[in-house]
Amino acid sequence: MTGWRAMLQPHRLFLMALFAGLVIWCALSLRWDWLPEYGPLALQGLWRTIWILAVTTILGFALAVPLGLAQAIGPWYLSAPARAFCTVIRGTPLLLQIWLLYYGLGSLFPQFPWIRGSELWPYLRQAWPYAVLALTLSYAGYEGEVMRGAFASVNKGQLEAARAFGMPRLTMFRRIWLPQAIRNVLPTLGGETILQLKATPLVATITVIEIYSVSSRVRSDTFIVYEPLLLLALVYMIIAGIIALAFKKIEDRVPDRPRQR
Amino acid sequence: MTAQARQTNAPAPADMAILVEDLHKSFGALEVLKGVSLSARKGDVVAIIGGSGSGKSTLLRCINFLETPTSGRITVAGEEIAMRRDGSPADRRQIERIRTRLGMVFQAFNLWTHRTLLENVIEVPVHVLKTPRAEAIARARILLERVGLADKADTFPAFLSGGQQQRAAIARALAVDPSAMLFDEPTSALDPELVGEVLTVIRDLAAEGRTMLLVTHEMKFAREVASHVVYLFEGQIEEQGPPDQLFGAPQSARLKQFLQTVG
Repeated sequence: MTGWRAMLQPHRLFLMALFAGLVIWCALSLRWDWLPEYGPLALQGLWRTIWILAVTTILGFALAVPLGLAQAIGPWYLSAPARAFCTVIRGTPLLLQIWLLYYGLGSLFPQFPWIRGSELWPYLRQAWPYAVLALTLSYAGYEGEVMRGAFASVNKGQLEAARAFGMPRLTMFRRIWLPQAIRNVLPTLGGETILQLKATPLVATITVIEIYSVSSRVRSDTFIVYEPLLLLALVYMIIAGIIALAFKKIEDRVPDRPRQR
Repeated sequence: MTAQARQTNAPAPADMAILVEDLHKSFGALEVLKGVSLSARKGDVVAIIGGSGSGKSTLLRCINFLETPTSGRITVAGEEIAMRRDGSPADRRQIERIRTRLGMVFQAFNLWTHRTLLENVIEVPVHVLKTPRAEAIARARILLERVGLADKADTFPAFLSGGQQQRAAIARALAVDPSAMLFDEPTSALDPELVGEVLTVIRDLAAEGRTMLLVTHEMKFAREVASHVVYLFEGQIEEQGPPDQLFGAPQSARLKQFLQTVG
């Protein structure tokens, strides 16, 4: 109710009209005749972007948890390698990591006959496994650092309560420590996932056809420059919006403090 | 086995809930507990009083091994906790089992903030004691009702007052059906007007014969509910006895002075 009324204030109406005008102008006076031809390819690219994002964030986070834990409470022989890994990943450009894996590992593998003869070879000669590996390690590196802080930030009293009630260590980790740690850094994780989305175009440089490379393809085929890029920007904004919304929903489900209105 | 392995004069009576013998605890060079012995039979309410730094919280936290004693013997519900030479627990499983029999209530409540009150209360029964979920929920609702929080079952701790949180924490401790309850200054973090509601709940528990160890600064309350009061001074028991004797006719000069400053 009040939400709708707030929308009807004059300055908001003006901005909305301006935006609608912009969209209509884009639709009418720009060239979209390439869309039918490239639509199916664009959808494929979009799908690839989405699954690469989903797979690499999930796998990356699964790696980030032990990386963070090792740094937070691990003995030196676990925490030192974990810290080194996070430092190297965070200290070097992702593009470099992708290329090192693809051109480095990718050109090393064929020299070994037993790799060429293995079941995995049909996958290893494609580009996407290297893209997924690089993006996964990158996300793990950044989130490993985030989770280190997250584990350290969990209220000690709550862990003590778990101990005082005889909770075994693994149960305590699963039921109390990990959920609280994740809860504490959900806003950060949401932002990092959006950053990860915006890192995916880099895999276009190793011939993985995702949504960004489709727009490049349109440009080089048809010499239409702006329209594919505009549409691309819109697509990324929509995905980023969905990610932000999803994280907001999860945050609201577990309120750790009364929400401010 | 030497004759010195067991020094107790008599075997622990069957109705002994908690037995602490010659407990020492040092933090580095600082000796906080200097040989404390204490016992609570079933149904006893033992109040532990003393100035800050007297070791009363440490004593309580040693009983369920939240702090590792330096030496001594601790027996809970007839089971002696196996300790290594340095006081560390020899058997983690045993510690965990014994802890589930001791419902602890903390000064800072320590409810799990990512779970609702109901989830807090069923957490240990379901995930540690493996009680069927439906049964645990039914019991938790009764306990929340008892502490006056039936309508807050689905609320997160952050939305409650300190008094409400502490009452929920008491329900959580009751949910394991403890053989003894450990209260670590349960009202010290509360606003004065919220202290009463928590004390009322504790008073009811005492009246129904719950075994309790209670570290507290509320002298009037200790005198009212305790069956036995222990005054701790610099890591040793300075004086102990029934509340009327201890508060009414204190023997030691230190206790007299302590009661004057807090009373």
